[in-house]
Amino acid sequence: MRASVLTLLLALGPAQSLPAQELNVFAAASLTDALQELAASYETAGGGRIALNLGASSTLARQIEEGAPADLFLSADEAKMEGLERKGLLLPGTRRSVLSNTLAVVVPAGSRLKIAAARDLAGPAVGRLALAEPRTVPAGIYAREYLVKQGLWERLAARVIPTENVRGALAAVESGNVEAGIVYKTDARISKQVKVAYEVPAAGGPKISYPFAVLAGSAHRNAALRFLAYLESPAGLAAFRRHGFLIVTG
Amino acid sequence: MNGEGWRIIAFTGGVAALATALILPPGIALAWLLARRRFPGKAFVETLVTLPLVMPPVATGLILLKLLGRRGPIGGFLYDRLHLDVVFTWRGVVVAMAVMSFPLLVRTARVAFERVDPLLEKTARTLGAGRFRVFFTVTLPLASGGVIGGALLAFARALGEFGATILVAGNIPGRTTTLALAIYQSVQLGEDGEALHLLGYAVALAFAAVWLSEAFLRRAAG
Repeated sequence: MRASVLTLLLALGPAQSLPAQELNVFAAASLTDALQELAASYETAGGGRIALNLGASSTLARQIEEGAPADLFLSADEAKMEGLERKGLLLPGTRRSVLSNTLAVVVPAGSRLKIAAARDLAGPAVGRLALAEPRTVPAGIYAREYLVKQGLWERLAARVIPTENVRGALAAVESGNVEAGIVYKTDARISKQVKVAYEVPAAGGPKISYPFAVLAGSAHRNAALRFLAYLESPAGLAAFRRHGFLIVTG
Repeated sequence: MNGEGWRIIAFTGGVAALATALILPPGIALAWLLARRRFPGKAFVETLVTLPLVMPPVATGLILLKLLGRRGPIGGFLYDRLHLDVVFTWRGVVVAMAVMSFPLLVRTARVAFERVDPLLEKTARTLGAGRFRVFFTVTLPLASGGVIGGALLAFARALGEFGATILVAGNIPGRTTTLALAIYQSVQLGEDGEALHLLGYAVALAFAAVWLSEAFLRRAAG
Protein backbone atom coordinates (compact mmCIF):
# COMPACT_ATOMS: atom_id res chain seq x y z
CA MET A 1 0.00 0.00 0.00
CA ARG A 2 2.71 2.42 1.00
CA ALA A 3 4.72 1.50 -2.05
CA SER A 4 1.80 2.20 -4.35
CA VAL A 5 1.12 5.56 -2.74
CA LEU A 6 4.76 6.42 -3.25
CA THR A 7 4.61 5.37 -6.89
CA LEU A 8 1.54 7.48 -7.31
CA LEU A 9 3.26 10.50 -5.79
CA LEU A 10 6.28 9.99 -7.99
CA ALA A 11 4.06 9.73 -11.02
CA LEU A 12 2.23 12.90 -10.07
CA GLY A 13 5.39 14.82 -9.19
CA PRO A 14 6.61 15.87 -12.63
CA ALA A 15 3.09 16.44 -13.90
CA GLN A 16 2.43 18.87 -11.07
CA SER A 17 5.54 20.86 -11.69
CA LEU A 18 4.83 21.21 -15.40
CA PRO A 19 2.13 23.89 -15.18
CA ALA A 20 4.55 25.97 -13.13
CA GLN A 21 6.43 26.84 -16.31
CA GLU A 22 3.20 27.58 -18.11
CA LEU A 23 1.62 31.02 -18.10
CA ASN A 24 -2.17 31.10 -17.85
CA VAL A 25 -3.45 33.94 -19.98
CA PHE A 26 -7.17 34.67 -19.75
CA ALA A 27 -8.15 36.68 -22.80
CA ALA A 28 -11.19 38.13 -24.54
CA ALA A 29 -12.49 35.95 -27.38
CA SER A 30 -11.94 38.74 -29.91
CA LEU A 31 -8.18 38.51 -29.26
CA THR A 32 -8.11 34.80 -30.19
CA ASP A 33 -6.31 34.88 -33.53
CA ALA A 34 -3.83 37.63 -32.71
CA LEU A 35 -2.92 35.98 -29.41
CA GLN A 36 -2.56 32.50 -30.85
CA GLU A 37 -0.06 33.93 -33.30
CA LEU A 38 1.77 35.92 -30.62
CA ALA A 39 1.85 33.03 -28.14
CA ALA A 40 3.32 30.75 -30.80
CA SER A 41 6.04 33.22 -31.74
CA TYR A 42 6.78 33.89 -28.06
CA GLU A 43 7.18 30.16 -27.42
CA THR A 44 9.36 29.74 -30.49
CA ALA A 45 11.55 32.57 -29.26
CA GLY A 46 12.03 30.63 -26.01
CA GLY A 47 9.76 32.81 -23.92
CA GLY A 48 7.94 29.85 -22.30
CA ARG A 49 4.63 28.08 -22.68
CA ILE A 50 1.48 30.18 -22.93
CA ALA A 51 -1.85 28.57 -22.09
CA LEU A 52 -4.70 30.63 -23.48
CA ASN A 53 -8.14 30.59 -21.88
CA LEU A 54 -10.33 32.44 -24.34
CA GLY A 55 -13.91 33.51 -23.76
CA ALA A 56 -16.19 36.41 -22.98
CA SER A 57 -14.33 38.83 -20.70
CA SER A 58 -17.31 38.71 -18.35
CA THR A 59 -16.98 34.92 -18.02
CA LEU A 60 -13.23 35.15 -17.52
CA ALA A 61 -13.59 37.89 -14.90
CA ARG A 62 -16.04 35.66 -13.03
CA GLN A 63 -13.60 32.76 -13.19
CA ILE A 64 -10.83 34.98 -11.82
CA GLU A 65 -13.09 36.19 -9.01
CA GLU A 66 -13.78 32.57 -8.11
CA GLY A 67 -10.07 31.88 -7.85
CA ALA A 68 -9.12 30.52 -11.25
CA PRO A 69 -5.31 30.29 -11.60
CA ALA A 70 -4.86 33.16 -14.05
CA ASP A 71 -1.56 35.02 -14.43
CA LEU A 72 -2.59 37.61 -16.95
CA PHE A 73 -6.00 39.03 -17.89
CA LEU A 74 -6.61 40.67 -21.26
CA SER A 75 -10.12 42.10 -21.12
CA ALA A 76 -12.24 43.60 -23.88
CA ASP A 77 -13.66 46.31 -21.64
CA GLU A 78 -12.56 48.50 -18.79
CA ALA A 79 -15.56 47.68 -16.61
CA LYS A 80 -14.52 44.03 -16.11
CA MET A 81 -10.97 45.09 -15.22
CA GLU A 82 -12.32 47.82 -12.96
CA GLY A 83 -14.33 45.22 -11.05
CA LEU A 84 -11.27 43.06 -10.47
CA GLU A 85 -9.18 46.06 -9.45
CA ARG A 86 -11.76 47.12 -6.88
CA LYS A 87 -11.61 43.63 -5.39
CA GLY A 88 -7.83 43.91 -5.13
CA LEU A 89 -7.25 41.10 -7.60
CA LEU A 90 -4.82 42.99 -9.85
CA LEU A 91 -1.11 43.38 -9.30
CA PRO A 92 -0.89 47.15 -8.65
CA GLY A 93 0.75 49.20 -11.34
CA THR A 94 0.45 46.60 -14.10
CA ARG A 95 -2.87 47.68 -15.63
CA ARG A 96 -2.63 49.40 -19.00
CA SER A 97 -4.69 49.79 -22.19
CA VAL A 98 -3.02 49.80 -25.57
CA LEU A 99 -5.58 48.34 -27.96
CA SER A 100 -8.84 49.57 -29.39
CA ASN A 101 -11.31 48.27 -31.94
CA THR A 102 -14.40 49.30 -33.87
CA LEU A 103 -17.75 47.63 -34.47
CA ALA A 104 -19.07 46.26 -37.73
CA VAL A 105 -22.46 45.05 -38.90
CA VAL A 106 -21.98 41.69 -40.62
CA VAL A 107 -24.36 39.69 -42.79
CA PRO A 108 -24.02 36.20 -44.31
CA ALA A 109 -21.67 36.21 -47.33
CA GLY A 110 -24.49 35.53 -49.79
CA SER A 111 -26.90 38.06 -48.30
CA ARG A 112 -28.33 40.85 -50.42
CA LEU A 113 -29.14 42.95 -47.38
CA LYS A 114 -27.96 46.56 -47.67
CA ILE A 115 -27.09 48.46 -44.54
CA ALA A 116 -26.13 52.02 -45.40
CA ALA A 117 -26.67 53.35 -41.90
CA ALA A 118 -27.46 51.98 -38.47
CA ARG A 119 -31.17 52.78 -38.85
CA ASP A 120 -31.42 50.23 -41.67
CA LEU A 121 -31.06 47.56 -39.00
CA ALA A 122 -34.54 48.46 -37.84
CA GLY A 123 -35.99 47.61 -41.24
CA PRO A 124 -38.19 44.54 -41.75
CA ALA A 125 -35.41 42.60 -43.52
CA VAL A 126 -33.50 42.17 -40.26
CA GLY A 127 -35.68 39.67 -38.41
CA ARG A 128 -32.94 38.55 -36.09
CA LEU A 129 -29.81 40.35 -34.99
CA ALA A 130 -27.01 38.42 -33.27
CA LEU A 131 -25.08 40.21 -30.54
CA ALA A 132 -22.81 38.99 -27.80
CA GLU A 133 -24.97 38.90 -24.63
CA PRO A 134 -25.72 42.65 -24.27
CA ARG A 135 -25.86 42.77 -20.48
CA THR A 136 -22.59 41.03 -19.69
CA VAL A 137 -20.25 40.50 -22.62
CA PRO A 138 -18.21 43.55 -23.70
CA ALA A 139 -18.92 43.23 -27.45
CA GLY A 140 -22.65 43.07 -26.68
CA ILE A 141 -22.47 45.97 -24.23
CA TYR A 142 -20.66 48.10 -26.84
CA ALA A 143 -23.19 47.16 -29.52
CA ARG A 144 -26.09 47.96 -27.23
CA GLU A 145 -24.49 51.25 -26.22
CA TYR A 146 -24.18 52.13 -29.90
CA LEU A 147 -27.78 51.17 -30.71
CA VAL A 148 -29.07 53.11 -27.70
CA LYS A 149 -27.15 56.16 -28.88
CA GLN A 150 -28.69 55.74 -32.33
CA GLY A 151 -32.13 55.56 -30.75
CA LEU A 152 -32.65 52.05 -32.13
CA TRP A 153 -32.32 49.81 -29.10
CA GLU A 154 -35.98 49.78 -28.10
CA ARG A 155 -37.03 48.75 -31.58
CA LEU A 156 -34.30 46.15 -31.93
CA ALA A 157 -34.21 44.58 -28.47
CA ALA A 158 -36.88 42.00 -29.32
CA ARG A 159 -34.94 40.84 -32.39
CA VAL A 160 -31.68 40.30 -30.55
CA ILE A 161 -30.21 36.80 -30.39
CA PRO A 162 -27.71 36.99 -27.55
CA THR A 163 -24.65 34.76 -27.76
CA GLU A 164 -22.02 33.45 -25.37
CA ASN A 165 -19.28 35.71 -26.69
CA VAL A 166 -18.55 37.80 -29.78
CA ARG A 167 -17.39 34.79 -31.79
CA GLY A 168 -20.76 33.18 -31.08
CA ALA A 169 -22.47 36.14 -32.77
CA LEU A 170 -20.13 35.76 -35.72
CA ALA A 171 -20.94 32.04 -35.93
CA ALA A 172 -24.68 32.76 -35.85
CA VAL A 173 -24.30 35.04 -38.87
CA GLU A 174 -22.07 32.50 -40.65
CA SER A 175 -24.73 29.82 -40.21
CA GLY A 176 -27.34 32.01 -41.88
CA ASN A 177 -29.70 31.58 -38.93
CA VAL A 178 -29.78 35.33 -38.36
CA GLU A 179 -29.95 38.12 -40.93
CA ALA A 180 -27.25 40.25 -39.34
CA GLY A 181 -24.97 40.61 -36.36
CA ILE A 182 -22.79 43.21 -34.72
CA VAL A 183 -19.23 42.15 -33.96
CA TYR A 184 -15.83 43.78 -33.80
CA LYS A 185 -14.30 44.70 -37.12
CA THR A 186 -11.42 42.36 -36.27
CA ASP A 187 -13.83 39.41 -36.00
CA ALA A 188 -15.50 40.26 -39.30
CA ARG A 189 -12.12 39.97 -41.02
CA ILE A 190 -11.46 36.37 -39.99
CA SER A 191 -14.52 34.83 -41.62
CA LYS A 192 -15.09 34.25 -45.31
CA GLN A 193 -18.69 33.30 -44.65
CA VAL A 194 -19.71 36.79 -43.60
CA LYS A 195 -19.30 40.19 -45.16
CA VAL A 196 -19.22 43.59 -43.58
CA ALA A 197 -22.43 45.42 -44.46
CA TYR A 198 -21.68 48.50 -42.43
CA GLU A 199 -18.66 49.71 -40.50
CA VAL A 200 -19.48 51.75 -37.43
CA PRO A 201 -17.26 54.84 -37.69
CA ALA A 202 -14.81 55.07 -34.81
CA ALA A 203 -15.98 58.60 -34.05
CA GLY A 204 -19.68 57.73 -33.81
CA GLY A 205 -19.21 54.39 -32.08
CA PRO A 206 -18.59 53.44 -28.48
CA LYS A 207 -15.12 53.88 -27.02
CA ILE A 208 -13.63 50.39 -27.12
CA SER A 209 -10.63 49.69 -24.95
CA TYR A 210 -8.72 46.51 -24.08
CA PRO A 211 -7.09 46.72 -20.67
CA PHE A 212 -4.33 44.24 -19.76
CA ALA A 213 -3.12 43.46 -16.24
CA VAL A 214 -1.12 40.94 -14.23
CA LEU A 215 -3.19 39.32 -11.50
CA ALA A 216 -2.29 39.64 -7.84
CA GLY A 217 -2.74 35.90 -7.36
CA SER A 218 -0.25 35.02 -10.07
CA ALA A 219 2.57 32.73 -8.97
CA HIS A 220 4.60 33.75 -12.02
CA ARG A 221 4.59 37.53 -11.91
CA ASN A 222 7.89 38.00 -13.65
CA ALA A 223 6.98 35.65 -16.47
CA ALA A 224 3.61 37.41 -16.79
CA LEU A 225 5.29 40.82 -16.95
CA ARG A 226 7.69 39.50 -19.59
CA PHE A 227 4.85 38.28 -21.81
CA LEU A 228 2.97 41.54 -21.26
CA ALA A 229 6.07 43.46 -22.36
CA TYR A 230 6.28 41.23 -25.43
CA LEU A 231 2.66 42.04 -26.34
CA GLU A 232 3.48 45.75 -26.15
CA SER A 233 6.79 45.46 -27.99
CA PRO A 234 6.93 46.80 -31.57
CA ALA A 235 6.63 43.21 -32.86
CA GLY A 236 3.62 42.54 -30.63
CA LEU A 237 1.83 45.74 -31.60
CA ALA A 238 2.56 45.09 -35.27
CA ALA A 239 0.84 41.71 -34.97
CA PHE A 240 -2.23 43.27 -33.33
CA ARG A 241 -2.30 45.94 -36.02
CA ARG A 242 -2.08 43.28 -38.71
CA HIS A 243 -5.16 41.65 -37.21
CA GLY A 244 -7.00 44.94 -37.49
CA PHE A 245 -6.73 46.29 -33.94
CA LEU A 246 -6.15 49.96 -33.35
CA ILE A 247 -3.19 50.94 -31.22
CA VAL A 248 -3.87 53.59 -28.62
CA THR A 249 -0.89 55.85 -28.29
CA GLY A 250 0.00 57.91 -25.27
CA MET B 1 -40.20 34.21 -5.48
CA ASN B 2 -40.41 36.92 -8.13
CA GLY B 3 -42.63 36.89 -11.21
CA GLU B 4 -39.70 36.37 -13.54
CA GLY B 5 -38.73 33.21 -11.66
CA TRP B 6 -42.23 31.80 -11.93
CA ARG B 7 -42.35 32.62 -15.59
CA ILE B 8 -39.12 30.71 -16.19
CA ILE B 9 -40.37 27.70 -14.21
CA ALA B 10 -43.70 27.69 -16.07
CA PHE B 11 -41.92 27.93 -19.41
CA THR B 12 -39.42 25.19 -18.55
CA GLY B 13 -42.15 22.88 -17.24
CA GLY B 14 -44.30 23.61 -20.30
CA VAL B 15 -41.65 22.89 -22.93
CA ALA B 16 -40.41 19.82 -21.00
CA ALA B 17 -43.97 18.48 -20.84
CA LEU B 18 -44.47 19.14 -24.54
CA ALA B 19 -41.17 17.41 -25.37
CA THR B 20 -42.18 14.40 -23.27
CA ALA B 21 -45.62 14.25 -24.89
CA LEU B 22 -44.02 14.36 -28.34
CA ILE B 23 -41.67 11.45 -27.68
CA LEU B 24 -44.28 9.27 -25.96
CA PRO B 25 -45.87 7.68 -29.07
CA PRO B 26 -42.61 6.97 -30.98
CA GLY B 27 -40.82 6.08 -27.73
CA ILE B 28 -43.44 3.54 -26.69
CA ALA B 29 -43.57 2.03 -30.18
CA LEU B 30 -39.79 1.70 -30.36
CA ALA B 31 -39.53 0.30 -26.83
CA TRP B 32 -42.12 -2.34 -27.71
CA LEU B 33 -40.30 -3.21 -30.95
CA LEU B 34 -37.00 -3.59 -29.11
CA ALA B 35 -38.61 -5.69 -26.40
CA ARG B 36 -40.73 -7.95 -28.56
CA ARG B 37 -39.36 -8.15 -32.10
CA ARG B 38 -36.21 -9.24 -33.80
CA PHE B 39 -35.28 -7.37 -36.93
CA PRO B 40 -32.13 -6.72 -38.93
CA GLY B 41 -30.11 -3.84 -37.55
CA LYS B 42 -31.71 -4.07 -34.12
CA ALA B 43 -28.38 -3.71 -32.31
CA PHE B 44 -27.65 -0.65 -34.43
CA VAL B 45 -31.00 0.94 -33.59
CA GLU B 46 -30.47 0.21 -29.89
CA THR B 47 -27.06 1.87 -29.95
CA LEU B 48 -28.31 4.84 -31.95
CA VAL B 49 -31.17 5.47 -29.52
CA THR B 50 -28.80 5.43 -26.55
CA LEU B 51 -26.29 7.84 -28.09
CA PRO B 52 -27.81 11.11 -26.78
CA LEU B 53 -27.51 9.67 -23.27
CA VAL B 54 -23.75 9.25 -23.48
CA MET B 55 -22.60 11.74 -26.12
CA PRO B 56 -21.61 15.21 -24.98
CA PRO B 57 -24.92 17.15 -25.02
CA VAL B 58 -23.25 19.90 -27.04
CA ALA B 59 -22.33 17.32 -29.69
CA THR B 60 -25.98 16.31 -29.97
CA GLY B 61 -26.83 20.00 -30.01
CA LEU B 62 -24.42 20.63 -32.85
CA ILE B 63 -25.96 17.84 -34.94
CA LEU B 64 -29.41 19.31 -34.32
CA LEU B 65 -28.17 22.81 -35.12
CA LYS B 66 -26.79 21.62 -38.46
CA LEU B 67 -30.01 19.74 -39.29
CA LEU B 68 -32.43 22.41 -38.12
CA GLY B 69 -30.65 25.62 -39.12
CA ARG B 70 -31.98 27.68 -42.00
CA ARG B 71 -29.39 26.05 -44.24
CA GLY B 72 -29.84 22.55 -42.82
CA PRO B 73 -31.79 19.79 -44.60
CA ILE B 74 -34.75 19.92 -42.22
CA GLY B 75 -34.55 23.53 -41.07
CA GLY B 76 -34.03 24.73 -44.62
CA PHE B 77 -37.19 23.00 -45.77
CA LEU B 78 -39.25 24.38 -42.88
CA TYR B 79 -37.92 27.89 -43.37
CA ASP B 80 -38.27 28.04 -47.16
CA ARG B 81 -41.67 26.36 -47.37
CA LEU B 82 -43.40 27.37 -44.16
CA HIS B 83 -41.25 30.29 -43.05
CA LEU B 84 -40.82 28.45 -39.77
CA ASP B 85 -37.71 28.90 -37.65
CA VAL B 86 -36.60 26.20 -35.22
CA VAL B 87 -33.14 27.40 -34.27
CA PHE B 88 -33.19 30.24 -31.69
CA THR B 89 -36.89 29.69 -30.91
CA TRP B 90 -38.91 27.79 -28.29
CA ARG B 91 -39.35 25.02 -30.87
CA GLY B 92 -35.60 24.50 -30.71
CA VAL B 93 -35.86 24.06 -26.94
CA VAL B 94 -38.56 21.41 -27.38
CA VAL B 95 -36.56 19.50 -30.01
CA ALA B 96 -33.36 19.57 -27.94
CA MET B 97 -35.21 18.36 -24.84
CA ALA B 98 -37.06 15.66 -26.79
CA VAL B 99 -33.93 14.20 -28.36
CA MET B 100 -31.97 14.31 -25.12
CA SER B 101 -34.63 12.57 -23.06
CA PHE B 102 -35.74 10.03 -25.69
CA PRO B 103 -33.24 7.32 -24.60
CA LEU B 104 -34.44 7.41 -21.00
CA LEU B 105 -38.04 6.82 -22.03
CA VAL B 106 -37.20 4.06 -24.49
CA ARG B 107 -34.85 2.19 -22.19
CA THR B 108 -37.21 2.29 -19.23
CA ALA B 109 -40.32 1.41 -21.23
CA ARG B 110 -38.49 -1.42 -22.96
CA VAL B 111 -37.70 -3.09 -19.63
CA ALA B 112 -41.35 -2.68 -18.68
CA PHE B 113 -42.51 -4.39 -21.89
CA GLU B 114 -40.03 -7.21 -21.41
CA ARG B 115 -41.54 -7.87 -17.98
CA VAL B 116 -45.00 -8.47 -19.44
CA ASP B 117 -45.63 -12.22 -19.69
CA PRO B 118 -45.94 -13.09 -23.42
CA LEU B 119 -48.33 -15.90 -22.43
CA LEU B 120 -50.96 -13.32 -21.44
CA GLU B 121 -50.66 -11.68 -24.85
CA LYS B 122 -50.88 -15.05 -26.58
CA THR B 123 -53.95 -15.96 -24.58
CA ALA B 124 -55.62 -12.72 -25.58
CA ARG B 125 -54.80 -13.45 -29.22
CA THR B 126 -56.29 -16.97 -29.01
CA LEU B 127 -59.42 -15.41 -27.54
CA GLY B 128 -59.72 -13.46 -30.76
CA ALA B 129 -58.21 -10.06 -29.97
CA GLY B 130 -56.26 -8.32 -32.75
CA ARG B 131 -52.66 -7.18 -32.33
CA PHE B 132 -53.60 -3.59 -31.57
CA ARG B 133 -56.33 -4.58 -29.15
CA VAL B 134 -53.89 -6.88 -27.33
CA PHE B 135 -51.34 -4.09 -27.13
CA PHE B 136 -53.77 -1.50 -25.80
CA THR B 137 -55.76 -3.74 -23.47
CA VAL B 138 -53.11 -6.16 -22.21
CA THR B 139 -49.49 -5.16 -22.90
CA LEU B 140 -49.65 -1.39 -22.32
CA PRO B 141 -51.77 -1.55 -19.12
CA LEU B 142 -49.44 -4.18 -17.67
CA ALA B 143 -46.38 -2.13 -18.55
CA SER B 144 -47.95 1.21 -17.60
CA GLY B 145 -45.97 1.65 -14.37
CA GLY B 146 -42.69 1.36 -16.24
CA VAL B 147 -43.85 3.51 -19.12
CA ILE B 148 -45.05 6.30 -16.81
CA GLY B 149 -41.86 5.99 -14.77
CA GLY B 150 -39.83 6.30 -17.96
CA ALA B 151 -41.86 9.28 -19.12
CA LEU B 152 -41.29 11.04 -15.79
CA LEU B 153 -37.58 10.28 -15.97
CA ALA B 154 -37.53 11.73 -19.50
CA PHE B 155 -39.44 14.77 -18.24
CA ALA B 156 -36.90 15.24 -15.44
CA ARG B 157 -34.04 15.02 -17.92
CA ALA B 158 -35.77 17.51 -20.20
CA LEU B 159 -36.22 19.97 -17.31
CA GLY B 160 -32.48 20.16 -16.77
CA GLU B 161 -31.33 20.12 -20.38
CA PHE B 162 -28.58 22.63 -21.03
CA GLY B 163 -25.86 21.66 -23.51
CA ALA B 164 -27.99 20.90 -26.54
CA THR B 165 -30.50 23.65 -25.74
CA ILE B 166 -28.00 26.48 -25.61
CA LEU B 167 -26.66 25.53 -29.04
CA VAL B 168 -30.00 24.98 -30.76
CA ALA B 169 -32.17 27.58 -29.06
CA GLY B 170 -29.67 30.03 -27.63
CA ASN B 171 -30.35 31.80 -24.37
CA ILE B 172 -32.88 34.46 -25.29
CA PRO B 173 -34.51 36.07 -22.25
CA GLY B 174 -38.27 35.59 -22.25
CA ARG B 175 -38.19 33.35 -25.31
CA THR B 176 -35.84 30.39 -24.89
CA THR B 177 -34.42 30.82 -21.41
CA THR B 178 -35.14 27.69 -19.38
CA LEU B 179 -34.37 27.16 -15.71
CA ALA B 180 -30.94 25.67 -16.47
CA LEU B 181 -30.03 28.53 -18.80
CA ALA B 182 -31.33 31.11 -16.33
CA ILE B 183 -29.09 29.71 -13.61
CA TYR B 184 -26.11 29.93 -15.95
CA GLN B 185 -27.08 33.45 -16.95
CA SER B 186 -27.39 34.59 -13.33
CA VAL B 187 -23.92 33.26 -12.56
CA GLN B 188 -22.56 35.09 -15.62
CA LEU B 189 -24.18 38.29 -14.44
CA GLY B 190 -22.67 37.87 -11.01
CA GLU B 191 -26.13 37.49 -9.46
CA ASP B 192 -25.25 34.54 -7.28
CA GLY B 193 -28.24 35.11 -5.01
CA GLU B 194 -30.66 34.77 -7.91
CA ALA B 195 -28.72 31.75 -9.20
CA LEU B 196 -29.00 29.99 -5.85
CA HIS B 197 -32.67 30.89 -5.68
CA LEU B 198 -33.30 29.27 -9.07
CA LEU B 199 -31.07 26.35 -8.09
CA GLY B 200 -33.41 25.63 -5.19
CA TYR B 201 -36.34 25.32 -7.57
CA ALA B 202 -34.36 23.17 -9.96
CA VAL B 203 -33.49 20.77 -7.16
CA ALA B 204 -37.10 20.65 -5.92
CA LEU B 205 -38.48 20.01 -9.42
CA ALA B 206 -35.92 17.32 -10.25
CA PHE B 207 -36.41 15.67 -6.86
CA ALA B 208 -40.18 15.52 -7.29
CA ALA B 209 -39.95 14.14 -10.84
CA VAL B 210 -37.39 11.44 -9.99
CA TRP B 211 -39.19 10.52 -6.76
CA LEU B 212 -42.49 10.08 -8.62
CA SER B 213 -40.73 8.14 -11.36
CA GLU B 214 -39.19 5.79 -8.81
CA ALA B 215 -42.57 5.29 -7.18
CA PHE B 216 -44.08 4.18 -10.50
CA LEU B 217 -41.11 1.98 -11.34
CA ARG B 218 -41.27 0.31 -7.89
CA ARG B 219 -44.94 -0.36 -8.38
CA ALA B 220 -44.18 -1.78 -11.83
CA ALA B 221 -41.48 -4.05 -10.42
CA GLY B 222 -43.52 -5.15 -7.38
